[in-house]
Amino acid sequence: MRPMTLIAGLIGLVWHAAGAHAQGQLTIYCSILEEQCRVGVAAFERATGIKVSMVRKSTGETYAQLKAEASNPRADVWWGGPGDPHLQAAEEDLLDEYKSPVLHELHDWAVRHAEQSKWRTAGIYLGALGIGYNTKVLGQRGLPEPKCWADLLDPKFKDEVQISDPNSSGTAYVMLASMVQLMGEAEAFDYLKRLHQNVNQYTKSGAAPVKATALGETGVGIAFMHDMVTMIVDGAPVKTVAPCEGTGYETGSVSLVKGGKNPENARRFYDWTLSAEAQSLIGRGLKIFWVPSNKGAATSPQAPKLTEMKLIAYDSAKYGSSAERTRLLRKWDAEVKSLAK
Amino acid sequence: MNRTAQVWLALGWIGYAVLPWHLTGGLLGDLFGDAGSGLGLGLSGRAWWLLPFVLPFALATLAALAPLGRDTKARLLVLAGAVGLVWFVLQGFAIGLNGWTAAWLAELFGAPGPRQGGMGFGAALAALALLMMLSQGLAAMGWCHGDAFVTATIGVVVALIAVFVFFPVLSILASAFRGDAGALSHEAFTQKFLDRSIWGLDCLASQLRCGVAWNTLFLAVLVGFGTTALGLAFALIATRTAFRYKGLLRVLTVLPIITPPFVIGLALILLFGRSGAVSALLTEWFGLPRSRWIYGLPGVLIAQLLAFTPIAFLVLIGVVQGISPSLEEASQTLRAKSWTTFRTISLPLMQPGLANAFLLGFVESMADFGNPLVLGGNFEVLSTKIFFAVVGAAHDQGRAAVLSIILLGFTLAAFWLQYAWLGKRVYTTVTGKGDAGVPPPLPRRVAWLSYAAALPWAAFTLVVYVIIIVGGFVRSMGRDYTPTLEHFLTGFRIETTPQGLYFAGSAWNSFSATLKVAAFAAPITAAVGLLTAYLLTRQNFAGRRLFEFGTMLSFAIPGTVVGVSYIIAFNVPPIEITGTAVILVMCFVFRNMPVAVRSGIATLSQIDKSLDEASLTLGARSFATVRRVILPLLRPAVVASLVYSFVRAMTAVSAVIFLVSAEYNLATTYIVGRVEAGEFGLAIAYSSVLIVVMLAAILAFQLIVGERRLGRRGTAAVPAPIGNVGVQAAG
Repeated sequence: MRPMTLIAGLIGLVWHAAGAHAQGQLTIYCSILEEQCRVGVAAFERATGIKVSMVRKSTGETYAQLKAEASNPRADVWWGGPGDPHLQAAEEDLLDEYKSPVLHELHDWAVRHAEQSKWRTAGIYLGALGIGYNTKVLGQRGLPEPKCWADLLDPKFKDEVQISDPNSSGTAYVMLASMVQLMGEAEAFDYLKRLHQNVNQYTKSGAAPVKATALGETGVGIAFMHDMVTMIVDGAPVKTVAPCEGTGYETGSVSLVKGGKNPENARRFYDWTLSAEAQSLIGRGLKIFWVPSNKGAATSPQAPKLTEMKLIAYDSAKYGSSAERTRLLRKWDAEVKSLAK
Repeated sequence: MNRTAQVWLALGWIGYAVLPWHLTGGLLGDLFGDAGSGLGLGLSGRAWWLLPFVLPFALATLAALAPLGRDTKARLLVLAGAVGLVWFVLQGFAIGLNGWTAAWLAELFGAPGPRQGGMGFGAALAALALLMMLSQGLAAMGWCHGDAFVTATIGVVVALIAVFVFFPVLSILASAFRGDAGALSHEAFTQKFLDRSIWGLDCLASQLRCGVAWNTLFLAVLVGFGTTALGLAFALIATRTAFRYKGLLRVLTVLPIITPPFVIGLALILLFGRSGAVSALLTEWFGLPRSRWIYGLPGVLIAQLLAFTPIAFLVLIGVVQGISPSLEEASQTLRAKSWTTFRTISLPLMQPGLANAFLLGFVESMADFGNPLVLGGNFEVLSTKIFFAVVGAAHDQGRAAVLSIILLGFTLAAFWLQYAWLGKRVYTTVTGKGDAGVPPPLPRRVAWLSYAAALPWAAFTLVVYVIIIVGGFVRSMGRDYTPTLEHFLTGFRIETTPQGLYFAGSAWNSFSATLKVAAFAAPITAAVGLLTAYLLTRQNFAGRRLFEFGTMLSFAIPGTVVGVSYIIAFNVPPIEITGTAVILVMCFVFRNMPVAVRSGIATLSQIDKSLDEASLTLGARSFATVRRVILPLLRPAVVASLVYSFVRAMTAVSAVIFLVSAEYNLATTYIVGRVEAGEFGLAIAYSSVLIVVMLAAILAFQLIVGERRLGRRGTAAVPAPIGNVGVQAAG
């Protein structure tokens, strides 16, 4: 009898914990930096009195979770992370359509992004793709500082370039898609094949080349420029440039989860994230160096200047679609990654 | 009908007729409203499908009250339990949150059909009572020698494994056979399964890389052999030599298990990376060029040897201790040299331990995610491939499932090989007879070999941990060595306010949630695991192999897949527990249970059955035998499983990354976030706090459970086979 009572007691306790689980008035999956998530949520709670439950997860994890939870969504808002997975979620009908009244305050690229998603997501920041390099390592090896994509093909950079693998990283997929848009598909793949000779490692995570560059584990890393700036401000011997030929970018996005339990509050939060006040707070206020989407939001002085780079007109509708993505990734796998070195 | 069955019948009625059936609503809301009991909802017509439960409970009541024969009563009880459980499963899966769950049901009965939420208290209690009635009835019919304790335990463990292992695993594996459009097709499976990136053998003929399956297998075999050899060396030094610094050695063998993932990899990069400390020295002193050799197979292998040797040690120490000295003494009396004795007596008796240690090292290596992620470079293994198949840019869940099936195949193959090797031989050495032998000292060459293997490894571990400690206290490891407390303050600042203490640090939230979850998971894991081990070694019942396989299953499947499968399985009714602490606890229990089972089996196979039989002959029932005879002899295994499950609950990442919620965030996912953001300092500082907490917990478990006392004499060579707290702490 006694072990059975024990088991019954345990199960009862466990069930009790399940029952006692309280519902917040708004649940957010946050895919920007943890600190930003926390500061943002606290400011929103103070301003509106709405109780927010927030959990921070990377973009890929959030997408996987939204998909798994599709039949019984737990979240109301998905805040942050590159636009492509948001668009893919929109394509799979995981997100709600919403035209925010704040949209008119945004830069053109952010409005275009919302339009391409059929109003299922909106841009909150822009992060340009760039080259980062460790000045100490390049100095020791007598390598020139790269300025353009073409510079990286120099055989002197053999085993000095690090990029992430587009199969696992959204950053690398942005690069692949940008190259195709910038050079045309045939030439882009030709470029990537030649670059393959200089790549020391295709990392899993998009942010890994940034850290490797800062620590000197690689001479050159290709990643989002604002992440490189974070390392520079932290004191690492790193410089970052926007390649002279032009470059692509990610549009950090915010979306409403379809079937969320608190649609009213979710819309309020959505509008708030697009406001100048919120974007100044979680951008410049926290020393994050991207470009905010609200025209009125303050940009950090160290942030990469949009005026100093040539941005391509990134076609997120085409390159964010599953079909095109799968095709490009398969091609990259077959033609670039499996090449002998 | 005995008292126990009657009590369960009463509890069943309470669960069915009084407590709220579904999760919504309070404990005793309005009984006939939405929060009503199963009976209430059934009678009021809100949930007609709950009404048929009257039948099993009425049948059981009839068995309890009516003047029937013993056999008839037992049959009635079995019938009631079986009918009730079958209907329970049918209604639970047929009727979901949005009506009928299957298209053919909707076609047959009209869409959308009835709806219901997740199971609540009432449903849970009723289901448990039905299960208990079934097992009581089966015992009364003479199953398992009429021992109700055994049938009930089998019932509970089987039900738990079915719900928390088979059910989620089946739901994710089903997605392996789904094509991109979602339709079932075995072509989709075959195409993904035969991919060249999985099975390619290009590395044999050219510079190209080999398939990910071969990489994983190769690495796992190396790690399995490596950890078993190192673990054996440590176990021999700790139990059979007069080595002076055993204490230090034991601490070193504990440290890697209680280290959060990523940290060992990070430390190795800071040591051996291109800008690492050791690389810098080598360049300066010997002019060796800095290279990136650590990224790839060598790095992952070193990190996994560091991380998993303690598990092998943990399994082997109990086994080495348990070997009866009498046999070894007999061998020496017969003039065998010490090497011959070791080779022909000691080593063969260790076989169950060696096989189990190898199996664990092999499986752990296959499931490891953190080390390949940080150090893998271009060397890809299945676990990271699976993770990125799910969360990566390709978002291919089907591919993840296919890769999981391959991983599972390897693990099962290892499992069967081990079984074949151990065979049906007998390894019993702890018997009821007095055993006053003295273990002989190790043969010289074995001792030297052990020292040669273990000491450099220990020194290496020490260096890694120095890096980890220093890392928490300097501004930026590898770049700026200014001492600072900044990282600890960010994480664990406590402010005093007029209202009392305010935990202002950013890490407190996840820290307390982690402690809670780990403290819940550990005892449940140990209890379920050891009961399972007892059933597997001491009881014979149909389907035992399948049962054993089930316990290993969740261990073999990589964490990521377990995480996703738990969401898919438990986000919707009938069992709706995502976003709660329950899902975390259950995930940990069933992921870590195999270690409890393995170490329980290894220890139990040394304990002679005549001890149980003596107890049973003297009139004790199974439960009393387990409690009075077996449990005290199992103490090393109890400590091992408690420690292991507590520690793993605090250090696991890949499985829980999908399961954490706003309320229940865990330390490891927080640390991963810090690493992602490049805040290595805070990550390392938090990790060192966790290490201290886990050390304290291990000592506490040791103190609470106590030592196993075997009737053996101590010697100079073995100062304390009985009282060596440290070894047990390590285990």
